[in-house]
Amino acid sequence: MKTPPPLAKAPLISDWVRFAPDRRLQVFSGRVELGQGNMTALAQIAADELDVDPACVAITGADTTRTPDEGFTSGSMSIVQGGMAIRFAASAARAVLLAEAAKLLQQDVETLSIEAGTVRRDGPDADLDLWDLAAGADLDVPVLDHARPKPPEARRIAGASLPRIDIAERVTGHPFVHDLAPDGLLHGRPVHPPALSARLVALDLDGLKARPGVVAVVRDGSFVGVVAETEHAAILAARWAANRAEWALDGDAPADPVAAIGASDEPAETVHEAGADPGSVAGTVYETAVTRQYLSHGSIGPSAALAEWSGDRLTIWSHTQGPYPLKEAIAMALDLDAGAIDVIHHPGSGCYGHNGADDVALDAALMARAVPGRPVLVVWSRADEFRSSPLGPGMQTRVRAVVGEDRRIAAMDVVANSAPHGNRPGRNGSPNLRAAAYLEHPKPPARSRDVPLANGGGTDRNAVPGYAIPNLRIAKRVVHAVPYRTSSMRALGGHLNVYALETLMDDIAAEIGEDPVAFRLAHLDDARARAVVEAAVAETGGAFGSEAGEGAGWGLGYARYKNTAAYCAIATRVEVEEDVRVTDVFAAIDPGEAINPDGIINQTEGGIIQAASWTLKEALRFDGLAVATETWLDYPILTFSEVPRITVRVIPRPEEPPLGCAEAAQGPMAAALGNAVFQALGARVRDLPLTRDAIVTALSS
Amino acid sequence: MAEAEPTRLILNGTPVEVRADPETPLLYVLRGELDAKAARYGCGAGLCGACTVVVDGKAAFSCDVPLHVVAGASIETVEGLAAQQPPHPLVTSVIERQAAQCGYCLPGIVMAAKAFLDESPNASRAEIAAALDGNLCRCGTHHRILDAIEDAAARMTEAAR
Ligand code: FES
Ligand code: FES
Repeated sequence: MKTPPPLAKAPLISDWVRFAPDRRLQVFSGRVELGQGNMTALAQIAADELDVDPACVAITGADTTRTPDEGFTSGSMSIVQGGMAIRFAASAARAVLLAEAAKLLQQDVETLSIEAGTVRRDGPDADLDLWDLAAGADLDVPVLDHARPKPPEARRIAGASLPRIDIAERVTGHPFVHDLAPDGLLHGRPVHPPALSARLVALDLDGLKARPGVVAVVRDGSFVGVVAETEHAAILAARWAANRAEWALDGDAPADPVAAIGASDEPAETVHEAGADPGSVAGTVYETAVTRQYLSHGSIGPSAALAEWSGDRLTIWSHTQGPYPLKEAIAMALDLDAGAIDVIHHPGSGCYGHNGADDVALDAALMARAVPGRPVLVVWSRADEFRSSPLGPGMQTRVRAVVGEDRRIAAMDVVANSAPHGNRPGRNGSPNLRAAAYLEHPKPPARSRDVPLANGGGTDRNAVPGYAIPNLRIAKRVVHAVPYRTSSMRALGGHLNVYALETLMDDIAAEIGEDPVAFRLAHLDDARARAVVEAAVAETGGAFGSEAGEGAGWGLGYARYKNTAAYCAIATRVEVEEDVRVTDVFAAIDPGEAINPDGIINQTEGGIIQAASWTLKEALRFDGLAVATETWLDYPILTFSEVPRITVRVIPRPEEPPLGCAEAAQGPMAAALGNAVFQALGARVRDLPLTRDAIVTALSS
Repeated sequence: MAEAEPTRLILNGTPVEVRADPETPLLYVLRGELDAKAARYGCGAGLCGACTVVVDGKAAFSCDVPLHVVAGASIETVEGLAAQQPPHPLVTSVIERQAAQCGYCLPGIVMAAKAFLDESPNASRAEIAAALDGNLCRCGTHHRILDAIEDAAARMTEAAR
């Protein structure tokens, strides 16, 4: 078993697990719960290694005052890395405590076991529990000196679909940052510049200060925030200011940003090569070029943060994906010592990647500085969320495949072109927080380095086909020249790259008269990949491949997320009248070890629906340098009536390591939809979203 | 802010009085003075359903309703459904079926479903879905949520027998 990387920064058993006097097992994770259920799964892992009742586990997510630093919770790595760190630490605690028990009981350790937290000696209760033992044992010792995780067959709790520990509170309670109401609470709202480069020219700050309920007005460069006694007063005052503020906008924006990305002559970088130059390989050439528009993460609850200054210390409660990196980024933005800042994770609405969560934390810190000793809660408006959050990048991906006489793909050339992904707080050496770009002493975002392929890739995520193709050249072109602020959104480049690869697979299969399933299987030499493709098709009960009906079609999509994480294949059926309606989805996913199978199904269903929404409906609109989209009317997403029937089959592999799975469905779902529409219409739609207009254009070309 | 006359409401069966500007949207009164924070802000424009509560038996977007409009009305929120003994079947079913991811959208959806099922206890899945089209869920939990609501509808019918 590989050493889990998080142990490097938090090497001791007590960094991860502690035995509290109230007979709880405290587990400290540097990950954050984003609604994906990772805290439940992490608690299960700890409970299993220590054989305690999962109900006695109290897990704490990332908090710079008391948990390990695990950076960002992103890329579906919570279980793969964070979970394995907890498994190692809990197993090490078990070993230390059982050794202690052996000493006390003068027994061979091999004769001892644990049941519900109590030590058993050859079966009967030894009248000692883990908490008694922990009181006399030293857990401030390195995990790696003692770790010995259970063999897969001994696991009981990891692998079970336990209910999530946080659902009831999320459905009926007040668990969110938005709900925090400490004594002395004030409410803040920013007045955002319309674009990152806009400068405040004029605003009547005295007039703003005099609005009803306003306690403080903050201006720092082009940052303006208003603090009020009540939430509604803050909203009204911010609206008053937004209607009066004059901004200067500097610079140009292309009329069609996605076309500009496709036409960019910024340098491309080859990220993966195999065999010969595909340009030199003889055969029949098939090509495609597909695009997606800029997308919005579109959290239902806009970004929010609570900040409070007391003396020189700043404390922030945030639904950030990375409390530790956010702390460093805020320190950089405000020229503070990071030691003076604490960031405590507190739940927010689902974020689906890097949304405004971090930006609003800086907004709150700036506003709270004007009212020391008073906590300030800042909640962005819906328009802020659309216009001021980092955007999901617009992209164009081109693929050229060469098919040999053996009817197999001999070579493939892929160029993924995209606005940059991966511009999270602190990356590339700048804060990457919105307001930092327009403070009096500005710290604008540094040039993006996107996400390197070794870390899963950004623009090039899943641009390397998962098929056995001997000659490959894969390149990415990160386009910096288009002036919108973009960052990571779930699946990153994998959404469009898989769309490109998988729709071309179907184009070729159709052209050479092969069955799309057989054509894929002929190029898949990984048994686990084949298994998900076969399982997804089998789930349709023979419907896939048979007549779908008038104006209807079936489509298939497959990818292994990041080429290293979960395997996922999806078969879907659509009906196309004026719009595309998805009727059925059958997915198969191989997540390696499945800690909580129901959690995996829930995440996969969510990924399917979200990807269907991106692929069928979504596109941000721009007005010059500004995002024009302001309301849900401008940005329709999939509604209840439009949601298909969904079946997800998990193929668990308890003996294999767990693989990140929460982003595995997005690429395959997009591709399956494109292929189903192709079958229904006989026309290939290359430009997403698959709206009525896009279909009409494709049919007429 | 104009010092206002108290506005009387019935919140989850309990009479309450609030002193807030009568033009304040009900949502901020619920979340502020009344601490019924399960009514959530999503858009402030009647376009997402996160703030849905039941007003005199009908689902309403509380972000869109000024306080004075609901003076004297009976307001139900998910806190009321959860506090019932036993909890309302919608709450029970959503939790049992794990029909949430981030959960932000859920109170609004539960309240929209409550108003709808009270009127149409035998609604089909498609009718339930259509009744929820004003409620957005970005996590993509729709499928499970519909399963849970169907399940709750069956329990409610059973209980009404
Ligand atoms: S917050 Fe009321 S409908 Fe969106
Ligand atoms: S569960 Fe997250 S928005 Fe619905």
